[in-house]
Amino acid sequence: MAGAGTSGAGQLAAVLGTGQTHHVSRRTDVSMAGLCREAIDRALADAGVGMADIDAVVLGKAPDLFEGVMMPELMLADAIGATGKPLLRVHTAGSVGGSTGVVAASLVQAGVHRRVLAVAFEKQSESNAMWALSIVPPFSMPVGAGAGGYFAPHVRSYIRRSGAPEHIGAMVAVKDRRNGARNPYAHLHQPDITVESVRASAVLWDPIRYDETCPSSDGACAVVIGDEAAGDAAQRPAWIHATAMRTEPTTFAGRDQVNPAAGRAAAAALWAQAGITDPLAEIDVAEIYVPFSWFEPMWLENLGFAAEGEGWRLVEAGETAIGGRLPVNPSGGVLSSNPIGASGLLRFAESAMQVMGRAGDHQVEGARTALGHAYGGGSQFYSMWVVGADKP
Amino acid sequence: MNRTDIAVVGFAQAPQVAETTGTTNGVEMLVPIITEVLETTGLPRREVGFWCSGSSDYLAGRAFSFVSAVDAIGAVPPIVESHVEADAAWAFYEAWVKIRTGQARTAAVYGFGKSSAGDLRRVLALQLDPYTVAPLWPDAVSVAALQARAGLDAGLWSEKDMAEVAARSRADAIANPYAQLGDQVDAATLLDQPYVAEPLRAHDCPPVTDGAAVVVLAAASAAEDLCEHPAWITGLEHRIDSPVLGARELHRSPSTAAAAAAACGDIGTDGVQVAELHAPFSSQELLLRREVGLPDSARVNPSGGPLCGNPMFAAGLTRIGEAASRVMDGSADRVLAHATNGPALQQNLVCVMEGRD
Amino acid sequence: MATPLAPDTPLSAPLDVGFDYTRSLGPVLGRFMTALRERRIEGVRGSDGRVHVPPVEFDPVTSEALSEPVGVADEGTVVSWSWMPDPIAGQPLQHPFGWALVRLDGADTALLHAVDAGSPDRMRTGMRVRARWVDEPVGSIRDIACFEPAGPGAEPRGPAAPPPAGTEPVTMLTTPVHLAYRHSASVQESRYLRALAEGRFIGQRCPACGKVYVPPRGACPADGVPTEEEVELPDRGIVTTFCIVNVPFLGQRITPPYVAAYVLLDGADIAFLHLVLGCAADEVRMGMRVEAAWKPRERWTTSLENVDHFRPTGEPDAPFESYREHL
Ligand SMILES: [Zn+2]
Repeated sequence: MAGAGTSGAGQLAAVLGTGQTHHVSRRTDVSMAGLCREAIDRALADAGVGMADIDAVVLGKAPDLFEGVMMPELMLADAIGATGKPLLRVHTAGSVGGSTGVVAASLVQAGVHRRVLAVAFEKQSESNAMWALSIVPPFSMPVGAGAGGYFAPHVRSYIRRSGAPEHIGAMVAVKDRRNGARNPYAHLHQPDITVESVRASAVLWDPIRYDETCPSSDGACAVVIGDEAAGDAAQRPAWIHATAMRTEPTTFAGRDQVNPAAGRAAAAALWAQAGITDPLAEIDVAEIYVPFSWFEPMWLENLGFAAEGEGWRLVEAGETAIGGRLPVNPSGGVLSSNPIGASGLLRFAESAMQVMGRAGDHQVEGARTALGHAYGGGSQFYSMWVVGADKP
Repeated sequence: MNRTDIAVVGFAQAPQVAETTGTTNGVEMLVPIITEVLETTGLPRREVGFWCSGSSDYLAGRAFSFVSAVDAIGAVPPIVESHVEADAAWAFYEAWVKIRTGQARTAAVYGFGKSSAGDLRRVLALQLDPYTVAPLWPDAVSVAALQARAGLDAGLWSEKDMAEVAARSRADAIANPYAQLGDQVDAATLLDQPYVAEPLRAHDCPPVTDGAAVVVLAAASAAEDLCEHPAWITGLEHRIDSPVLGARELHRSPSTAAAAAAACGDIGTDGVQVAELHAPFSSQELLLRREVGLPDSARVNPSGGPLCGNPMFAAGLTRIGEAASRVMDGSADRVLAHATNGPALQQNLVCVMEGRD
Repeated sequence: MATPLAPDTPLSAPLDVGFDYTRSLGPVLGRFMTALRERRIEGVRGSDGRVHVPPVEFDPVTSEALSEPVGVADEGTVVSWSWMPDPIAGQPLQHPFGWALVRLDGADTALLHAVDAGSPDRMRTGMRVRARWVDEPVGSIRDIACFEPAGPGAEPRGPAAPPPAGTEPVTMLTTPVHLAYRHSASVQESRYLRALAEGRFIGQRCPACGKVYVPPRGACPADGVPTEEEVELPDRGIVTTFCIVNVPFLGQRITPPYVAAYVLLDGADIAFLHLVLGCAADEVRMGMRVEAAWKPRERWTTSLENVDHFRPTGEPDAPFESYREHL
């Protein structure tokens, strides 16, 4: 590939277009295929390409038990335009949407394909995720209570370790829900939410309140990634500057569950690959996977935007709101829409939309470099990317 | 050499057995074989550049069943890792892509499955269309039988041909210490047995198998340090067909043909000495030989193949490992491996590997 | 619940996973199901003019969205078949039957269903079959009970049943998926569970890093090596962190509100989740000393559930620094 630009991550790749569904509790008007296709058609249109221009498809979603279909990508092959092409199914727990984006990017970076479609979905209304995540295997103590029950003790640890005041969680929820009200695709639109109303909402998993919790959504997201030539030909693509994935075991002796080593390692690799030395100064907008509001300050620290124990200060100072130093989740984030398997790819897509200038009413002025982030499992799987308006 | 040169440098597999007493997260099967393959290659555990695995939640009956398998790796400090909900041959593909990007020099790929934990025939019905097909619970053996019949009706093979595939596989498996089945039996005797799903008899179907496999890949800059005779990957391609059983020509596999054509390159299958085909049913081997276009001289499934041990989600990766081993042990120069996912060979991968001496 | 086995055999027990999935159909499949409820079969025309039955939402060649409905007959021709001598749970017939791909008259693709032929001798490729409808169709592929041989020599069909009363289009499908598994504990965990059945906690020390795991796992997650050295642990320790579960959910086995706490036994290097009772929920603290409240001995099995809950001991709280690295 003489003349082709390369970086430490292989050949250059760019997001050419993104698409997503309207996210709601129950998309009873479509099948799983129809749901995916809605996002795909929007992404293809946004990228200005047709299905025939796609060389390969990568599909991500969370556990098959959510929809009761084993490897649903098989039955979706026609609908997602994969028939006759290579199709890869990624599953890395809640981070899967992000991993789908990373794997799709790597197919281009490796020089294997010119244009790849990444699609991720979850149709939570087909079953009940709380049930699927709380199946009690024999011999164990049935104290598990879904994702909220899993994460709430670690949120308590964060509050204790950092000394963060109690209203921080409510502030994040208010910011994200108000951002979500500007996003036509968001599941929840709550422009009038206040810190007081959040603090008055029921405590589901003490210390996590109802309004600090993500909704349960049906939804899909799709992203078209192209090679350097496709990026050059596109109108303002989002160039992929860096990607990173890291994993650690769910539990091990001495594991830091509040500021996990895998997240720190992924962020360090990401910033190094992107040539970023001061993320707070150099990243213009971040879409971070925050399913429970307290994870915003936790991930700000984990990602290196703030020193350990200091992330909540950025929140309290309003720096993560649109107009602040680092707008976080201008789309409304996972707190406003959570089609689990798609949530990570939505973060990646929204970060691309920002640097492409296509984020509509939640556009951050002048955004040129953005972070997309996802995590999953017991805060043990991480996938991230940095996209930019400028070619690396 | 350039950075697109990548080779298989190590392979290990767990014994293929009807039932392990181990957990569905595969740790007991994975710990020894990961240790073995790292020792054989001399690759230190914490220097593996990328880990990737293939497994299924529905095989284990639990969401996130692959998560605990990470215990077998010793992922502290954190590792670069990914997982596919598919046969681990697709994890192998993801790892190959990762090395091609230059982001890793080595990768360890593993697959595992404890099929005995559930009722495999029923579980696999959940791969079918959930609206118009799966509610009838067509079992995997019956679906394969429809495919076998389509080939019989088309005159592409006979029940005797199928029995001969089974007899040859089982005789070959005698020499494979990991195989679940293996014996000397002639085709005529097999044809006297009753049908389990006409036109399939027991010998035409794979056993239910628990098992695991691991393969190590390396970029050119590392391969020769890890293995004396690396199996260089000269083609790796996969494709998928429509899921609609009644719209497919079941005796054909366009996805296999397309993947094989792309993987084999201009010289086609000339010189392929050994082919390991992920054909869980005897008729599928006959189908795949045609679609891949194997020369008559090629030895097919000298390991005994999936008819003698079919560890779900590891069997495709095992084919790659077995075929690569023929290059690594110096007994072949050009080999081909095939892997499949889904009902009636819906999704197919072909990997061509060569020695370089 | 657990199977009695030799002392070193890993424990195993049944694990049933079941849910009645609620599937929204979308326009194409919804129309098909609505027609089935009226004992009619409707396919869809593909991009190349072929009629797909069952209908597909997207063309398998062009991936174009399809929408033009085409009515087809409920009689057709078998294009491939197999014989099921021993039907399994959930299949259309519970006596031996044929599976067949049936190309209905007017269709170009084939539908998979059961054929009630009585014997494999009556099955052949090219045979004519017709749908046998259930008495009360609801809008499901199972409204066709099965197919039966048709053509010369077939029994005449009874009078057509009246169309059912339902008038609203079918938009949803309920699909029960119930699967039975056998869940196994690892060898190491089984030893721990057998000790629990005797009212004791045992952990295992990793030979590489020296950390004590309880419950012991198949391998030390940090090093990937099996753990072997057994360590007896007391049934007391501290709460590292916790949450109060106030939310009810499907399948829940403990009535909320309850305190789900990470309990770190003295001498262990890893905490596990358990229930804390014996004080008001808002009195539970990080660092609080707790001890196991065992169920009556006669109810002990090989399960962590032998400990009904952990309760405060009244000892002074552990200092934060002592458990900081366990958070
Ligand atoms: Zn250790």
